Amino acid sequence: MSKENVISKKEPFARMVKRDHISVGKAWAIRLIAVALSLVVAALVIVAITKQNPIEVYLGIIDGAVGSNRRIWVTIREMMVLLCIAIGLTPAFKMKFWNIGAEGQILMGGTAAAAMMIYFGEKMPNWLLLVVIFVVSGLAGLIWGVIPAIFKAYFNTNETLFTLMLNYVAMQIVTFCIVFWENPSGSNTVGIINAATKGGWFPTIFGNAYTLNVIIVLIITLVVYIYMKYSKQGYEISVVGESQNTARYAGIDVKKVIIRTMMISGAICGIAGAVIVSGASHTISTSTAGGRGFTAIIVAWMSKFNPLAMILVSGFLVFMQQGSIQVASQFGLNENASDIITGILLFFLIGCEFFINYKLEFRKKGEK
Amino acid sequence: MKKALSILLAMGMTVGMVAGCGDTADNSSAAASTEAGTDGTQAAASAADIKVGVIYIGDENEGYTAAHMAGIDEMAANLGLSDDQIIEKTTIPEDEKAYDAAVDLAEQGCDIIFATSFGHETYILQAAQEYPDIQFCHATGFKAAGSGLANMHNYFDAIYEARYVSGVVAGMKLNEMIENGTITADQAKIGYVGAFPYAEVISGFTSFYLGAKSVCESVTMEVQYTNSWADMTAEGEVANQLIADNCVLISQHADTTGAPSACETAGVPCVGYNVDMTSVAPDAALTSPTNNWGVYYTYAVQCVLDGKAIDTDWCKGFSEDAVRITPVNEAVAAEGTDAKVEEVEAALKDGSLHVFDTSTFTVNGSSLEDLIAEGGDYAKYADYVSDGYYHESELASAPSFDIIIDGITSQAN
Repeated sequence: MSKENVISKKEPFARMVKRDHISVGKAWAIRLIAVALSLVVAALVIVAITKQNPIEVYLGIIDGAVGSNRRIWVTIREMMVLLCIAIGLTPAFKMKFWNIGAEGQILMGGTAAAAMMIYFGEKMPNWLLLVVIFVVSGLAGLIWGVIPAIFKAYFNTNETLFTLMLNYVAMQIVTFCIVFWENPSGSNTVGIINAATKGGWFPTIFGNAYTLNVIIVLIITLVVYIYMKYSKQGYEISVVGESQNTARYAGIDVKKVIIRTMMISGAICGIAGAVIVSGASHTISTSTAGGRGFTAIIVAWMSKFNPLAMILVSGFLVFMQQGSIQVASQFGLNENASDIITGILLFFLIGCEFFINYKLEFRKKGEK
Repeated sequence: MKKALSILLAMGMTVGMVAGCGDTADNSSAAASTEAGTDGTQAAASAADIKVGVIYIGDENEGYTAAHMAGIDEMAANLGLSDDQIIEKTTIPEDEKAYDAAVDLAEQGCDIIFATSFGHETYILQAAQEYPDIQFCHATGFKAAGSGLANMHNYFDAIYEARYVSGVVAGMKLNEMIENGTITADQAKIGYVGAFPYAEVISGFTSFYLGAKSVCESVTMEVQYTNSWADMTAEGEVANQLIADNCVLISQHADTTGAPSACETAGVPCVGYNVDMTSVAPDAALTSPTNNWGVYYTYAVQCVLDGKAIDTDWCKGFSEDAVRITPVNEAVAAEGTDAKVEEVEAALKDGSLHVFDTSTFTVNGSSLEDLIAEGGDYAKYADYVSDGYYHESELASAPSFDIIIDGITSQAN
């Protein structure tokens, strides 16, 4: 008893205080410090483990991501996919609907796109085929997104588990489709679809194969930004996210909002699948989504659902990924090396949010 | 701190720009040098400035890729290439990343680019179309001949020959077990852990089986698949299932040590793949058929150096020392195995022995020749069968034998 009294009398050495307000400049300064610190820590790790010069490793990453025109475009292409998924997740997460099923929604969209390419590749002009691909893959993603939403709205099922489980169902569907599409049979791979005719491939615009990827994703980004910020439906989403009771009190049909929002979210993720299949890989496999449905969650949260920040964050993550390929071949390091660097950077970046939201107050000298 | 960071970023950008400029300079010089040789064959390059690019499915921790890496190292040693003339990209999956890797290597000025995994092929083909002056070589694939591209090549080792020899080793072990009374002749059943149910694997296990059958007439075999090239757990599980199914010897066409480990625990002799398995199964591993990729890599790069065309389909076996079996494990193998192995290898080398000798096996009770004569599903093999044997890997480098012969049960789909 007496001991406790002694402790409680004395003020702790440091304590957390929630900040009321922080200036934008200060917040960014904290983030920059975090980046700088993480680079230092990552450098120490690199030296300790690999005995390589960390500056050279960093330069290798930069070279790998933006070292040549083609590398820049590959980085942009990957960035657009990640951005598209993050944008797709945004409405759902704003509503506090924990959609971790983007992976499955992408796969369904990608499978739909691949199916269109395989069955209609030579039967319609390419522009029409692309329109069909977008509509069908959007629908496929929409269906995959709306199933857990309906269950959530009417039976209050746990959407986290539901969307996660649907990922595995989607993977099995892809595996099933590969049985019909595999080339050569038995190999378990589909290979490049329509390699000769390029049916259903994104056309080359302005001399670049990935221009359409950029255009589509930026349009989606802009539309979602306007929708979330300025439309009534966008406002309803944030109200439902803040408090469902408030929403009900204000006369918002919560069920309708949940279902409608997940339709949008799923459809955008489905279209991201089409962008991957039609615009980049031209094939379908269970690894088509490649974990990007989960990475995009980090992108969305780190950017606090701000589309501009999402461009930055997805750009940063893809930059590190692309750089890693170069580091792996240049220094004979495993690609895991750059995963470590990315991990350290993310740790600091997410960690620094603490210092943006809270400040530490130290015990003042002489105080009792 | 901020200042330091901005300096670092500025430095990075400068270097990036300089590196970018360097790349374009490389490209233009590469274009110039190829223009000089537009008369069909490419201009001969010198060993000092040739650049070789390699795309691996895995890294050094995985047997199949490790074998390729050893081959590349051997090539570099044979031709005197230095490390910075070889650009290796590891863990490149079988999707658009393979294309990205290939064109990136092309832009870095590689004269010849190798890709090692079956699923890379369509992406390599795509890159080969865009860079007609760079040689692209793809292992285990089959599309080069049909693609009509002069710069696209397929290669494979006649690994079925090595599998046949390892089958002989297995058959002798079975004979020993029969003689010792451990099993009866009818119980001589081999279990085979396969990756995927298609020609490469089917050709492999058939040759293995025929090798075993050549010394142990009563042998039968059961094949089960893991549907993955490298899944340690699944391979171990499938091996255990096969053992539970009364298989007394296990072999594999999958890349990990999963099956040998399971065999070591169960005390069942086994034949591995790619690498010597005695490190994980000292009391079970007999031997492993293995590829010596260095032979091809040396050949292909030498062709580029000489300005000669590379074979569209390359497939060599014991005759060129491109395949071998790892040293036979004396602790497990039957007596006299080494002598027999030597005899069989010599026969394969001089062409007196053919692995797919049609007199040694039947399909649904009839010979392959009869089935072809009957027509129907088997008519398509007509081009492959002549002079009493199936000409595996002669029309194309990739294995083509995909018939399930009598004595083998495969739970294929």
